[in-house]
Amino acid sequence: MSTDSYLELDFQDESSRFNMDRRDFIKIAGSGIILLFSIGDLSLLAQEVRTRGPRHSLPTDFNAFLRIGEDGRIACYTGKIEMGQGVITSLAQELADELDAPLDSVDMVMGDTELCPWDAGTFGSLTTRAFGPALRAAGAEARQVLLELASEKLKAPTDKLVTENGFVCITGKRAQRISYAELTKGKRIERHATGKAAVKKPAEFKIMTKPLTHRDAAEKVSGKAKYAGDIQLPDMLYARILRPPSHDAKLIDVDLSEARQMKDVQVIKEGDFIAVLHRHPDVAEAALSKIKARFDKPQSDLNDTNIFDYLLKNAPEGRTVAQDGDLQKGESESKIIVEETYLDGYKAHAPMEPHTAVVKIDGDKATVWASTQTPFNAQQEVARELGLPSANVRVMPVFVGGGFGGKTRNLQIVEAARLAKLAGKPVQMAWTRAEEFFYDSFRPAAVVKIKSGVTDKARIGFWDYRVYFAGERGAKEFYDVPNHSTVAYGAGFGGGPSPHPFATGAWRAPGNNTNTFARESHIDIMAAKAGLDPLAFRLQNLTDPKMRRVLKAAAEQFDWQPARSPSGKGRGIACGIDAGTYVAAIAAAEVDKETGEVKVKHVACAQDMGLAINPEGARIQMEGCITMGLGYALKENIRFKGKEIFDLNFDTYEIPRFSWVPKIETILIDDKEADSQGGGEPAIITMGGAVANAIFDAVGVRLFQLPLTSEAIRNALNKDGHS
Amino acid sequence: MEESIEFTLNGKSTKLTVDPERKLLWVLRTNLGLTGTKYGCGESFCGACTVLVDNEAVRSCQTTIKSVRGKEVVTIEGLSKKGALHPLQKAFAEHDALQCGYCTPGMILNAYAFLRKNPRPSTSQIIDAMDDNLCRCGAHARILQAIAAAANEMHGAI
Repeated sequence: MSTDSYLELDFQDESSRFNMDRRDFIKIAGSGIILLFSIGDLSLLAQEVRTRGPRHSLPTDFNAFLRIGEDGRIACYTGKIEMGQGVITSLAQELADELDAPLDSVDMVMGDTELCPWDAGTFGSLTTRAFGPALRAAGAEARQVLLELASEKLKAPTDKLVTENGFVCITGKRAQRISYAELTKGKRIERHATGKAAVKKPAEFKIMTKPLTHRDAAEKVSGKAKYAGDIQLPDMLYARILRPPSHDAKLIDVDLSEARQMKDVQVIKEGDFIAVLHRHPDVAEAALSKIKARFDKPQSDLNDTNIFDYLLKNAPEGRTVAQDGDLQKGESESKIIVEETYLDGYKAHAPMEPHTAVVKIDGDKATVWASTQTPFNAQQEVARELGLPSANVRVMPVFVGGGFGGKTRNLQIVEAARLAKLAGKPVQMAWTRAEEFFYDSFRPAAVVKIKSGVTDKARIGFWDYRVYFAGERGAKEFYDVPNHSTVAYGAGFGGGPSPHPFATGAWRAPGNNTNTFARESHIDIMAAKAGLDPLAFRLQNLTDPKMRRVLKAAAEQFDWQPARSPSGKGRGIACGIDAGTYVAAIAAAEVDKETGEVKVKHVACAQDMGLAINPEGARIQMEGCITMGLGYALKENIRFKGKEIFDLNFDTYEIPRFSWVPKIETILIDDKEADSQGGGEPAIITMGGAVANAIFDAVGVRLFQLPLTSEAIRNALNKDGHS
Repeated sequence: MEESIEFTLNGKSTKLTVDPERKLLWVLRTNLGLTGTKYGCGESFCGACTVLVDNEAVRSCQTTIKSVRGKEVVTIEGLSKKGALHPLQKAFAEHDALQCGYCTPGMILNAYAFLRKNPRPSTSQIIDAMDDNLCRCGAHARILQAIAAAANEMHGAI
């Protein structure tokens, strides 16, 4: 099975509600109170674990258990991992609050395949919106069990008891209390949850909704936080693998003699799979450089410029995402017709920590430490590689140095496992930066074609939207359009053979960055042709109260003054929906007409994500999205020819720097009564469209391709005779 | 050929026998077990491997071990004194100036060297000084705030 073929549906924007009534609580052996909980049908879940497919949606892609130990410390086990998005803080807040326990007493155990129940992976901004409710429910149930235990000890009915700060007290007699630790000490308790325990209402929150800083900050600022590459085991060898100069290149001949002569270097050759290993990674690297190899590269003229035509020619049949009314009728009723094509090139994930894994084999068991967003997939993959039952493989928790979707793919872990077996020693496989770029599953190159019209009442008369290879997420428009059609051609990644010359995958808010860039650029073009202010045009064509609210909130913060574009002010709007969250951003940009360089000076971004468990964490994610989003908007683009990739480090692949960072204002629409929605991805979808629209507003140049390069701006200005 | 190389590491004199051409990054990480210094790009573009050599921020992925002979090397593990976080470390934690944390040690040490030279910097001076340290999570705005706050807290005495 190809490594990225099964994740496709996981990355659809999952908006279904998880049915809490179908909760299953299972008693398991052990001391203290233990609640195993999952949402959905456990037999289905088990089947999915066994077979890994066929993939439908994964409504049961999360579950976890919590444990109140004899020492009163509360362990929260979750298959989710921490990669900077801050759920190590927000999940602890949820559990502590539901239990009425001090936040400090909660220890998060994340992504340990032995301790934590199966989880599909950490992606799709699903942790808080999908896993969170289950965790809170379990916390509430555990609290109910504690009350029952205390009732026996304190000889008082449960309705005369309260929980507070890790204790159960008799109401009105707070001196008569018993700690959770005392209640659970030495006990082996097996209780079916009654199902009656209700989670807290927002008015009862003590820890949730409090803005908190990252709980893991002290470890991270002191260098103590352990990432996969920081795992060092006795006898461990660092591996370097002989890599081809391009994908699908064939090894013609190889001379390993010099490498073999190096002291303490182990050389492994299994067919075309060639690796050198040493106890120091730099010595392994030196040994690799001694290998003389010749490859036959596949010839192809496909490159980052002609890829778009190629994709269009090779597009599969489309799938209708949304449709209503009659496009022809809409067109006949429209006064202005706008037809444009939008392009988006390949983007790298480029986390600061490259893919890394350590694998240690002891007899018929293996232990894995890895930078992965999908530890349970890794467990399966290692088991398959080593021919072991997956129960014999344990993936250990480590911090992950950024993922953004790229670490859902675990090639480096399989390589480490293979080498550990061949070398007979623990092996660390830490990709170099060049390998990280080369083997990345890029955000797919994509094309969007839109034809639309504006009526004489400045309403959008029709909307004919075709997206090729970006995927469906964010493709469906949310404006009030009576006649519309949205068709998606190709999934972007996953789902069988693809015309992409190399691997593609989920990139923070997959699909939605491309779709929102195209849609919001197109909306602005229509507004400009209709002679209307772009904010007014949007509001005139929107009844969705959530979208209107975030647009107005961003405009108010930005101090938006109505003007039709191009106004010379350099302002651009974009809005969209991702992971259930509504988001609107307004960017202000300056464009240097000589150089074409763009400087984004200010971004105001409003987000309605329902209940924000940790508002500070939510704002940080918005800031991160806005900053990271400037990269794909302005510079990031993978250049290639055939199957050879030219951008292999940060010298040519430019990511955002301090000097790029605008004044950022974040507005959280505080809707505590609403369900939590996604937070890690939504805001990034706006940056392409907001910046493209700001450039047009500044200098009257409309760009149809991401990134919005200075060269493209210069060319457009020269062509238009602006300079 | 291996040589004996002595230097001061986090305040303690250190002596090891090692190939003098090896890079400081890997000697620190794999010979000395100090894994707070991170590999990010291997070509000095990202700054994740930044350490202090005689109080200058250097990219340890490009620094040979022989070049630190007789010098004082400080890594992120050596910045806190007697278990107390350095004001810069505290400021990074308090301002939430990190997400995944992988670039954080390099950010802090680069900022440290900068503040020694310019203890009362303007925002644009901080931006200039930090511009070659990369962060992918987008923690930039808060990192700038944390450095400014730490400078303020230390009153020019780092």
